[in-house]
Amino acid sequence: MTSCHVAEDPIKKVAIFGGTHGNELTGVFLVKHWLENGAEIQRTGLEVKPFITNPRAVKKCTRYIDCDLNRVFDLENLGKKMSEDLPYEVRRAQEINHLFGPKDSEDSYDIIFDLHNTTSNMGCTLILEDSRNDFLIQMFHYIKTSLAPLPCYVYLIEHPSLKYATTRSVAKYPVGIEVGPQPQGVLRADILDQMRKMIKHALDFIHNFNEGKEFPPCTIEVYNIMEKVDYPRNESGEIAAIIHPTLQDQDWKPLHPGDPVFLTLDGKTIPLGGDCTVYPVFVNEAAYYEKKEAFAKTTKLTLNAKSIRSSLH
Amino acid sequence: MCSWPVPREPLRRVAVTGGTHGNEMSGIYLVRHWLRAPGEPQRPSFSATPVLANPAATAACRCYVGRDLNRTFTSAFLTATAHPGDPYEVTRAQELNRLVGPKDSGRAFAFILDLHNTTANMAACLFVDNAHDAFALHLCRHLQLQSPELPCRVFLSQVPGKESFHLDSIAKNGMTLELGPQPQGVLRADLFTRMRALVAAALDFIELFNQGTALPAFEMEAYRSLSFVDFPRTEAGDLAGTVHPQLQDRDFEPLRPGAPIFQMFSGEDVLYEGESTVHPVFINEAAYYEKGIAFFQTEKLTFSVPALPALAPTTTRGP
Repeated sequence: MTSCHVAEDPIKKVAIFGGTHGNELTGVFLVKHWLENGAEIQRTGLEVKPFITNPRAVKKCTRYIDCDLNRVFDLENLGKKMSEDLPYEVRRAQEINHLFGPKDSEDSYDIIFDLHNTTSNMGCTLILEDSRNDFLIQMFHYIKTSLAPLPCYVYLIEHPSLKYATTRSVAKYPVGIEVGPQPQGVLRADILDQMRKMIKHALDFIHNFNEGKEFPPCTIEVYNIMEKVDYPRNESGEIAAIIHPTLQDQDWKPLHPGDPVFLTLDGKTIPLGGDCTVYPVFVNEAAYYEKKEAFAKTTKLTLNAKSIRSSLH
Repeated sequence: MCSWPVPREPLRRVAVTGGTHGNEMSGIYLVRHWLRAPGEPQRPSFSATPVLANPAATAACRCYVGRDLNRTFTSAFLTATAHPGDPYEVTRAQELNRLVGPKDSGRAFAFILDLHNTTANMAACLFVDNAHDAFALHLCRHLQLQSPELPCRVFLSQVPGKESFHLDSIAKNGMTLELGPQPQGVLRADLFTRMRALVAAALDFIELFNQGTALPAFEMEAYRSLSFVDFPRTEAGDLAGTVHPQLQDRDFEPLRPGAPIFQMFSGEDVLYEGESTVHPVFINEAAYYEKGIAFFQTEKLTFSVPALPALAPTTTRGP
């Protein structure tokens, strides 16, 4: 009965990234703590490397210095000739690609966990980039089950134009971890505890897999990105309406056509158009004002994964 | 230490300032809205001037560009000779002093209301100089009575013997409004609506006073800072722990000796070792990490505020 298994190579090299955005403090301080004392992230036979990805932004407690590090891991930027004139984050991306990649090569790290925070009320969120990745679907299923009753959502960013060139995409299996709500430049104990648990369960999953445990077929519910929605703006491009109080903090909850979305500064309500129910995420995220994103619309999908087992056993 | 006593004539020149810190969005959006729609801050006896206090920091969505503007309104900064290398905020403080000051002069604005946000769970908090600041305290009382179901606490911010360095100190009377919790760079509708209502009520109070309304004496409860507490740190100066979950979001609630205040990354708790109960505020405020402040310890006090006499109908100058 081994034919229905996806037999995969054992996992050897894992990295945990913090500070890809320098003002998202949970990952910054978990990684700094693990650099001092990494006992809790070690697993037998597995290399686990904690790493601060954007040290200059961390030092300034700002998202980035010249440009968003989490958008420059495309082959064009990674292939640019190294020069002092390149934006700091592009130079840094090439260093990271050198240390943990090269991207799309045999030598790259197996898994990179990239730790982020959001000001949105998204709770524990795992970000998936590929809907056909049985290994990660199995891992996310394990993390969700282990965290229950604490909810853990899966955000799928597989989209021809909306998928972006993430820092973690250097690895064979990229995993985004996003926990909120937490203001930029603030470290909350409750959020720290949740992120720490997500990493613990993820590493336990890898350990079990490497030990030869078989994971039977499973399904998970995911939220697939449809489109980004900008704030209404006036003629000069300034924001003319804000997230409606009934939408604020309602990430992952169904938003029906006609439901309030924005409130203008004159007090008028702007409802959701169209004719389908959507699930909003990243509602009122601080870092997305400059990206012209008030929230993103998603639809719910169910993903299936085949049984997996490490090929060594 | 209050250099300007209770006003004896109507307040005609009133400023409402937002964006003193460029990532505290409620005041920024309120002021910007008023700059486009100037009818809202008008009252029969005066018209409040909206001022975007730190436009460069607001454009960058940062607290400040060169140094904290709201620590720059001392006479030393305001009267210093300009140098090409001055931080932006020193230059801007001098501009604001020309616009709504000059500080300690008869030509200064009658009142400044300066609008701020905090990431701490402080709800609305009004910062006035001291317990002798009768006009501002009557204004606080008015705001508290407008929506008694919503918390609106008063904080006495003057440090005895120290010159005030806040923006509102350049007017004859003033007050700072803090509203939270709101992340930096985020505009929440609930807090925006609350701030707008508080500012409208403050302008209504000034109008009431200008119309010759007398206000009775009352007992006021307020908080006063005793000291501040830094985060636990590693030898390298990095954070070694966080605000304890049992203290997080509990601004103004009593903190008793022996209660946990920090949780170390290694797992153990740090307890409050003071001898008396205090009331912590600005718990886990983002802007205070760089100042080495995890929270302030305050004491709660009660005092009497005397009646505010009505302006004489044809007031020119007091006797």
